[in-house]
This record gives sequence, structure tokens and C-alpha cells, in this order.
Amino acid sequence: MKTLQQERKIISPNETVSQTAEISWRHRHILDLDDFTPAEIEHVLKTTDAMHEILSRPIKKVPALRGKTIVTLFYEPSTRTRSSFDLAAKNLSADVINLAASASSVKKGECLIDTLETLEALGTDIVIMRHPSSGAPYTAVRHIKAHMINAGDGWHAHPSQALLDLYTIIRGCKKDFKGLKVTIIGDIKHSRVARSNIWGLTTMGAEVTLCGPYTLIPRGLNDPQGYFPKVNIETNADKAIAGADVVMALRLQLERQQSGLLPSIREYVSLYQVTKERLAKAKPDAILMHPGPVNEDIELSSAVAHGAKSVINQQVTNGVAVRMALLYLLAGGNQ
Amino acid sequence: MKKAMLIKNGRIIDPSQNMDVSGSLSIKDGRISWLGGKDETPPSSNYETLDAKGLVVCPGFIDMHCHLRQPGYEEKETIASGSRAAAKGGFTTICCMPNTNPAIDSKAMIDYVKSTASAEAAIRVLPIGCITKKSAGIELAEMGEMAEAGAIAFSDDGMPVLNSRIMSQAMEYSLAFGLSVIDHCEDTSLSEGGFMNEGIVATRLGLCGIPAATEENIVSRDIALAEFTGARLHIAHASTAGTLELIRQAKNNGVNITAEATPHHLTLTEDRVIGYDTNAKVNPPLRAKKDVEALVQGLKEGVIDIIATDHAPHTASEKLCEFSLAPFGISGFETALGSLMSLVHNKRIGLNALIACLTSKPAKIIGERFGKLGTLAVGVNADITIFDPNLEWTVDTSEFVSRGKNSPLNGEKLKGKVMVTIYNGKFAYKDESLAVVSK
Repeated sequence: MKTLQQERKIISPNETVSQTAEISWRHRHILDLDDFTPAEIEHVLKTTDAMHEILSRPIKKVPALRGKTIVTLFYEPSTRTRSSFDLAAKNLSADVINLAASASSVKKGECLIDTLETLEALGTDIVIMRHPSSGAPYTAVRHIKAHMINAGDGWHAHPSQALLDLYTIIRGCKKDFKGLKVTIIGDIKHSRVARSNIWGLTTMGAEVTLCGPYTLIPRGLNDPQGYFPKVNIETNADKAIAGADVVMALRLQLERQQSGLLPSIREYVSLYQVTKERLAKAKPDAILMHPGPVNEDIELSSAVAHGAKSVINQQVTNGVAVRMALLYLLAGGNQ
Repeated sequence: MKKAMLIKNGRIIDPSQNMDVSGSLSIKDGRISWLGGKDETPPSSNYETLDAKGLVVCPGFIDMHCHLRQPGYEEKETIASGSRAAAKGGFTTICCMPNTNPAIDSKAMIDYVKSTASAEAAIRVLPIGCITKKSAGIELAEMGEMAEAGAIAFSDDGMPVLNSRIMSQAMEYSLAFGLSVIDHCEDTSLSEGGFMNEGIVATRLGLCGIPAATEENIVSRDIALAEFTGARLHIAHASTAGTLELIRQAKNNGVNITAEATPHHLTLTEDRVIGYDTNAKVNPPLRAKKDVEALVQGLKEGVIDIIATDHAPHTASEKLCEFSLAPFGISGFETALGSLMSLVHNKRIGLNALIACLTSKPAKIIGERFGKLGTLAVGVNADITIFDPNLEWTVDTSEFVSRGKNSPLNGEKLKGKVMVTIYNGKFAYKDESLAVVSK
């Protein structure tokens, strides 16, 4: 196992992005962005451009993955991510099997490894898995030969979401990640989207500010040992948004109030909702993002969710292209 | 053993007698019959010889905290398999926790453990009885009868007694029998849903954390109750720097308190969880570096009295799953000495002090109801451990005698290995490389 220091070294934000040389693709799986170099992220974004072009054609289908079998294995309900992967795989002409396993079947002792071994015996090339338990795909890849894309594991990681967010930022409106001010606002503690975005954004040189009540911000951040990227923490939403290039709001699980992390949704809305007034404090050309689905008038006011700064629909569209790129790269498309 | 046995030219370390000499000792009729200097030989000439050159000869190790899983969970471990694993780790006396099924909460269950152990165990097994019936934390268990039947302490390990009135009454009630109440200190309202130490590694891994305050809350409550009742309190598996501070203070204030730390909490940090290794999932969790350093310092200063393994075997299939679903626990008997010797090799603690934490000090807590333990004094039962302090070996859990192969140290190199364990004058374990020569 690589030490944290070694891992930190390869993701150092100071590393220059190679713009010219084609990199060799070394990832067997895509589990998180913590082991991606800036050049590798850049490579995914470039590959996404090509996929984007395919999506603009009248016939949005290429034979790149013909004969490959892809399984989506979702232990949690999902509409967006799952249909996005499904569509991405179909656009590349892969055969797709969608399996929904309930989280309760996991608790009943239905063994994850057994399920994966079965899928492998059936000839699966790529497994796309969502699982409520952090680290589940890491356990899985120790036992299978198929490629794995983590489509979300517990609170830990959601790399394809972070990559589509990076793509939306850089191809949509911003010139460079370097020095870009990104504010992530909401329930950071329980968010795999936030964690993967923190890795991806800081790797590319952006400056990340986390905003929320302390009960929703994870502990131990900015530990000097460098276990996790450096971030700013600001509990005041107005201050956190002021001067931001990108404002990313997260979905608030409404049960957080019942578990005592918040006094009331009402107070959360008054302190942390991204409103027109608050968003006006960001840079004039700032964009507003949200991984979806939005609890309208909780994380975002309806006005800003559908307003001019919102790129929420572009995120969804870009999601298909990014996932096509990931499938293409994993299936050996780079060679 | 009819013939006497001579263990010659070893480094004999016996903290109970402040002894660290190069010398020999002999065993006859299950007892230590003679102790002598280098190249001296005992008066009788009819003996077998074991050459202990380069090896440490010390009293058999005593483990005050382990889980043997019998009855109820024999797929994880049995009294027979666990005791053989302990013997391989150098232990001659082990105290088993009562969280079996049924729980060891009555005289009948104490009798069951004792009779099973005397028939099947490789070494001495001493049971710990429950504090409350079924460890449910509601009604006191029959401590008096269990004490008479041979319980050495009381504990609801794994199921902390959260109700302070019950704990207070348990301490008061236990006073009459002079036995310790051992508490697994965990405020479960704070630890619920947690899988590993709260902090930056948990944040990175997206795992729900177990804060240090979880343990410190209950340690400080128990100290207050021990002070109030005058009972003997023993803190199981201390794991945080804050706990150390609380115990230190309590000792300074004259509270009747002792404490243990495990080899894994003394040598491993939360970093082990990176990669989601379920074998590094243990309760209390592996903590931060500062906690490990505080524990080692506490061991050196005597704030931590003893080392106990908290050997917690589980089946391979139970650990072969998602991190959040795996049970807590490390199989610890067979790696205990090897991991602890790293503290000696790194000059963090002296060899004699380490051996005291495994022999004379736990013997003192257990008392002399089961004979003199943890000593090489002439005339006592020959419980002896012989180990090579410098032998390097690689942990291979498939070679574990324990049914529990759940060790985060699999594949790791350790320096220091048990060569021979003698229980009541007989070999309970002997490394194949060592020969006994008949004279």
C-alpha cells in the first residue's frame, strides 16, 4: 500500500499539467480522484470533449465498446447517475445489464463478493457500483478482475460526479482552475460529492472553501500530516460566497435534522440557502452548481436554481459525456 | 514430567524477583526446583537439557483480557483452540471475557468454563464473570457465587454498563469479594454508527468516526464512581491520550484503579484503516499517533499497569465484507510479543518493564487465589516462557493456531518470537527449531 505521503506527492497541485504528451492510462479502476494526477484529469476532460462531439451528432452512437458487457450494480436508489451511466454505455454500443440490489439485502448478509464473482463469471467487463458503505468498491476490486467504476460509496467518493463538475466548470465558463475560488456549501460531512470534488479541484489548483454548520463539516481538516487537501472553512454563508467563481450547493438529507445535526430545516434555510441576494456577492460571472436532485427552496431558492447563473442542466448533459470517456478509457480506448 | 528438565544459559528475567541474570533453572514435578548461575548445574543429574543461549527465559505471560468465544461462537474460537494459540504466543494464563452465548453470568457458567478448560485447554484459563445478567446492564449478576466458583473479575466487556446507578451498585457489591470491576469504557450514545477513530483519516475515508471522548466520558465517570465506592476499578483497553491523563490523575488521587493497553493500541495507528482493511477494524478503534505515543509513555511510567491482548477472533467470512458491516476485533495472541518487542527495539520501553507488564503486574491484579502466578520463584508452578528477542519472522495468518485469522499484521515482519511455552512444567508450545537433549 502506498503511504499517504507518496499519494500526496503524486497529486501535488504544483505539478504542471502536461498539455502535449499523450499520457498512458494506468487506472484499472476509477474509485476516487485521490490517485489522479493533474495530467490524468486533463486527459479525462480531453477525452470527454471527443465524447461531447459524438453526442452532438444526429446519431449518437459509436461502436467503441461493442461486445463489452457492462453491469450497473446499485445498492442505493438513483435516477440520474444510473441513467447517465446506462446511456453512456449504450452510446458506446456496450451491452448493459442494470441490477438493483436493495441496501437491506446487504444487511441480510447477501455477500457483495459473491455477487461480484457471479457477475464476473457471467463475463462482465466493467462493473459500475453504487454502495451505501464507504470503501465497498475497494473491498470489491481485491476480489475481481473486471474494471470497477465507483458510482458513489457511502460518504466517501463519487469520482464521475466530480469529473463532470470539473468539466462543466472548465469547458463551460472558466479559463483555468488555477486560483479559481470554489465554495461548496451544505452538508459536507456526509457528502461523497464534496469529498471527490475537493480532491479533483485542489489537484487542478483551485482554492476550495467549505461552508456549513460545524455539525456538517468533517473533523480534522487541514491536519498538518497532509492526509487530505487543504481547504478553507467558513461557517458564514455570505462571507463564504463573497468573491467566489463557483458556488456548489449540496443536497441536504432531510433526516439530518432528526439526528440532531440541525435544529430545524427552517434555520438551515435562513443561514445557508443560496439565495439571489447571497449569490449576488459572488463574482459577476460566477456559476451555480448542484449535483442534484435539488430540494428546491432548501439548498437553493427556486429563483437561483432556474436563474441565469445556474449550470445544473449542463452538469447533467456533461455527465453522459464524462461517463462515456471513463468507460472508453477503462476499456482500453487509449491504446 | 518424571525426568527433571534443565533450561540452561538463558537470560533469566523475572521482574517479581527483580532478576535479570544469565543463568539456568530446572523444573521437577511441574515446579521450578532450582535456579542457578551461568554454567552451574542442579544437584540432581537426571535431566533433559534445553539450551537457551541467546534466549530470554521469563515467567509465563498472563493475559487478563481475551475472548475465547465458547460457548456460542465456536466457529470463531474455542477454549481449546484459543488456549493453544495463546500458548504459541507465550501465554500460560489467560482470562476470558464473558460475552459468550449464553453469557458467563452465573456460577454454572463459571463452572462450565473451568471444567471445559481443565479438560481441553493447553494452559490455565481463568474466567471473568458478567457485571450484569446477560451483560444487559439492568440487573446485577450473581457476583458472590461467581467469585466463589473462581471468577477473577467482573466485566460486561463489549456491552458497556451505561446506567451509572447500576455501575455504582456493581462496584459497591463487588467490594465484598475483593475483585476488580473491568469496564469497557464506551459511551455508545456517542460512538453509535462509528467504525474507526474520529479524525482526518475517517474524514478522508468517508467513515463515521468514534471520537476519543466516547471513551473518556465513561473513564471519568467510572473514576468518580470508584472514588465514591472505594471499589477496585480496572480500565480495559485504554486507547486515548485523554484516558491516560484521567488515569494518571486518579492514581495521584489514590483511587483504586488499574489499567491495561493492548499490543495493537500500543503499536498501530488509525492509518492502518486506509484501504478499508476490515482486519484493522477494532473497538476501541486504532487511534491517532499522539494517542499511541501517550499510551507508550503511560506504559513506561506505570500509568498503564499491564498489557492485555483483547484477542478477539472472528471467522474469515465475517471479515470479508464491506468495512461498515465487518465485526470489530483483532486476533492478537500470536503476534503480541512480536509487536511489543518493537517498543523494546526502538528503545521506547525496557525489556524488563515490558515483561513485568506481561507477568508480575497482571499476577498482582489477579491475586494468589490460583497459586502464585507470574514468577520464577523456586517452588512455584513452572509457568515459563522462552523467547528469542531478535529473531525476525513474517506473520502468516494462515499459520495461526487461532481460528481467528483476523490480523492487520498479516505479511508483516516482526522481530521477537516465542520459542517455548511451559505450563505446569510441560510444553504447551515448542518451536520446531529448538531441541531438547536427553542427557
